[in-house]
Amino acid sequence: MKAPMLKKIAAGVVLSVSMVGSSFAAECIAPANPGGGWDFTCRTIGKIMYDIKAVDKPIQVSNMAGAGGGLAYNHVVAERGDDADVIIAASSATATRLAQNAYAGMTADQVRFVGAIGADPGVIVVAKDSIYKNLGELMGAIKANPKSVTFAGGSAVGGFDHLKPLMLLQRTGYTDIKNIKYIALDGGADAITQTVGGFTQAMTGDMSEIVGFLKAGEIRALAVLTEERIPGFEDIPTAKEQGYDVVAVNWRGMYIPKDVSDDTFNMWADRLQKVADSKEWKEAMVANGLAPFTKVGADFQGYVDQVVGEVRELSKSLGVIQ
Amino acid sequence: MDILESLMLGFSVALTPFTLMLAIVGCFLGTIIGALPGLGPSNGVAILIPITFSMGLDATSALVLMTAVYYGAMYGGRISSILLNIPGDEPALMTTLDGYPMAKNGRAGDALVLSGVASFVGAFLATVGLIFLAPMLARVAYQFGPAEYFALYLLAFCTLGGMSSNNQAKSALAACIGLGIAMVGVDNSSGMPRFTGGSLHLMDGIDFLVAIVGLFAIAEVFFFIESHGKASSIGVKIEKVMIPWKDIWHTKWTMLRCSLVGFIAGVLPGAGASLGSFLAYMSEKSIAGEEGKFGTGVPKGVAAPEAGNNAAAGGALVPMLTLGVPGSGTTAVLLALLMTLNITPGPTLFSERPEVVWGLIASLLIANVVLLLMNVPMVKIFVRILQVPPWVLLPGVTMISFVGIYSLSGSYFDLLLMIGFGVLGYVLRKLDIPTVPVILGILLGGHMEDALRRAMVIADGDFMYLFNSPISIGLWIAAVVGFIAPMFLRGVLKKPQRITD
Repeated sequence: MKAPMLKKIAAGVVLSVSMVGSSFAAECIAPANPGGGWDFTCRTIGKIMYDIKAVDKPIQVSNMAGAGGGLAYNHVVAERGDDADVIIAASSATATRLAQNAYAGMTADQVRFVGAIGADPGVIVVAKDSIYKNLGELMGAIKANPKSVTFAGGSAVGGFDHLKPLMLLQRTGYTDIKNIKYIALDGGADAITQTVGGFTQAMTGDMSEIVGFLKAGEIRALAVLTEERIPGFEDIPTAKEQGYDVVAVNWRGMYIPKDVSDDTFNMWADRLQKVADSKEWKEAMVANGLAPFTKVGADFQGYVDQVVGEVRELSKSLGVIQ
Repeated sequence: MDILESLMLGFSVALTPFTLMLAIVGCFLGTIIGALPGLGPSNGVAILIPITFSMGLDATSALVLMTAVYYGAMYGGRISSILLNIPGDEPALMTTLDGYPMAKNGRAGDALVLSGVASFVGAFLATVGLIFLAPMLARVAYQFGPAEYFALYLLAFCTLGGMSSNNQAKSALAACIGLGIAMVGVDNSSGMPRFTGGSLHLMDGIDFLVAIVGLFAIAEVFFFIESHGKASSIGVKIEKVMIPWKDIWHTKWTMLRCSLVGFIAGVLPGAGASLGSFLAYMSEKSIAGEEGKFGTGVPKGVAAPEAGNNAAAGGALVPMLTLGVPGSGTTAVLLALLMTLNITPGPTLFSERPEVVWGLIASLLIANVVLLLMNVPMVKIFVRILQVPPWVLLPGVTMISFVGIYSLSGSYFDLLLMIGFGVLGYVLRKLDIPTVPVILGILLGGHMEDALRRAMVIADGDFMYLFNSPISIGLWIAAVVGFIAPMFLRGVLKKPQRITD
């Protein structure tokens, strides 16, 4: 009785192992649970790559949540260093955490950032009945009395949402950024709720987080942190045109392991470019509140390095890192 | 009239044979997910999301399936609480307190049916509340800032003292252990990791499912080994399953009150189902007083947390749909699902996508009825599980828990952690320190700390900010009364000795 049972189990194990082994299709690792931004990046880009025949097998998505992407990063650096068939979803949060040493000492140069093909623009909003009518008034009030304004945002202290108002203030020559009050909530919508409720004076977040509240007339967007105004939201001025030269977007992109050949790097860059050019991706961007933001290949690696540098400087003066 | 019309629209979307089938499948899967320790509703829904993608379901069908899983899991969580004394998920924690003793008294079937009915009442009333009050209740969230949330959690902790042990100090000690565990991970208010020892695995903090499975299931295994399998507390008497009409009738007011308490806790984005079932149980306990014999397996103690947590599950949908703010862990996952389906919940959802909202509400009603019908006959199947000898059942449940936890994180670290919690649970039970407050400390402690830290940032460290609004003052008064009143009453009313396992 026992022996045949064991055999069956053994057969099952062998079978399942061999099935995993035999699939040579590329894998996309989403460093978070299903449903989040990274998961969306993997599933949407992976699907479009297959649909437009940029790859000949469907891309397999696996979720590896933990440590804000740190577990997946560690996995790729330590165990998949030369795997040409793996891509990993990344965003501004990845670069921010790398800059702040939040991945247990791992650095941005331990992988290769291959490209970003869309971005969620940063925004600064206030409640509809707020006394601040434009970015200048808000910034002026903070400079006059830093304690008069508390920002609410969806990321932890030192996270990307927190850094946005700090970047704006730095452009005005204000350096005492430690005085700026910021509370971290469990998401952008929660941050808006606190702002509409009057507990905080302004909210810092992403465009996609505010669309519903904007349409309902609950909030007023003071500035969007992009080069140009966003199609469909032309009445929201950019920070740039109000005299604050800050572009802060939450880009959606990919990195690959470090020790792959340059050919592999170029191959993935090329595939991402093809997705960026496809009409399927354009539709997906509109539906998810993403603005066009295409930086692929060596160009993107340079951009990430620059962002990491800037965030590191800000975080140092903020005291988040030494 | 308007609502009726909208509801008709909803049913026309949800009552096709295909979606009905999805609802039934979802309810079944959800019940199993809820019943298995190590797989909570939020993780269950998260794991199933990719299936909706690969099945190519449209928005409404995907929502029907997922909400059926959600409600199913809320029903299912009670099963292992009652039969095994291991909560199937975190909101079912409170159900162990009276559900398991009731099963030990030979009334497992009654406890299951009664809790099923209580679940139905809670979920049904919450859905009705969602239909009529959603737009209005959405404004409530705007009234709750950090100070108010802090007072709310304080209220929960203040009533915790006299919960599951005769010794208040031991309860408090257990809660402190939980609070300490809740501190592990990246601190939201400074961005710094705390007590992680540089380990990436601890950055996100400790998942309460890991703690629940460790403290309850693994600790049970240790006891089982110690007694060489003779003195396991598992293995309750089986009787014929009948519908306990008398108990249902006796607990009608309990169910109604707890539905209300749970619903309110659910509507508040910072609270959620666990707090809902906790407050429901504690308020019923204090209403019943010492004669209520809560903790010894009384019907009210079974009905209260189940009505509470299912009502909270429905209530949590209010802020999710109207504000896009998830009221609980599971609604956070549902929210993510909506986003990937290109539906952005928020103030305009009801007017812009009525077919989605009302389809969802209709499918909730359907799922609820399906679950009630499914659960009463299925009770016999579940009770039969108890006839499996403990030396098969216990390792089996533990193994499934291991697989469940591993499938979430894909790391062996959580498994080691779980065994660590098992040892902790064993030691605590040897010292007669209750484990339920430990879990509550983990569940509520992190939120409470966040609320306090936020309030202090906003107010520049001025503690008077905590008493700044009528809502927070009211909650403070309730908390103080809840903490002090039992101290004075203890002399007057002698507690009956709790039966020990």
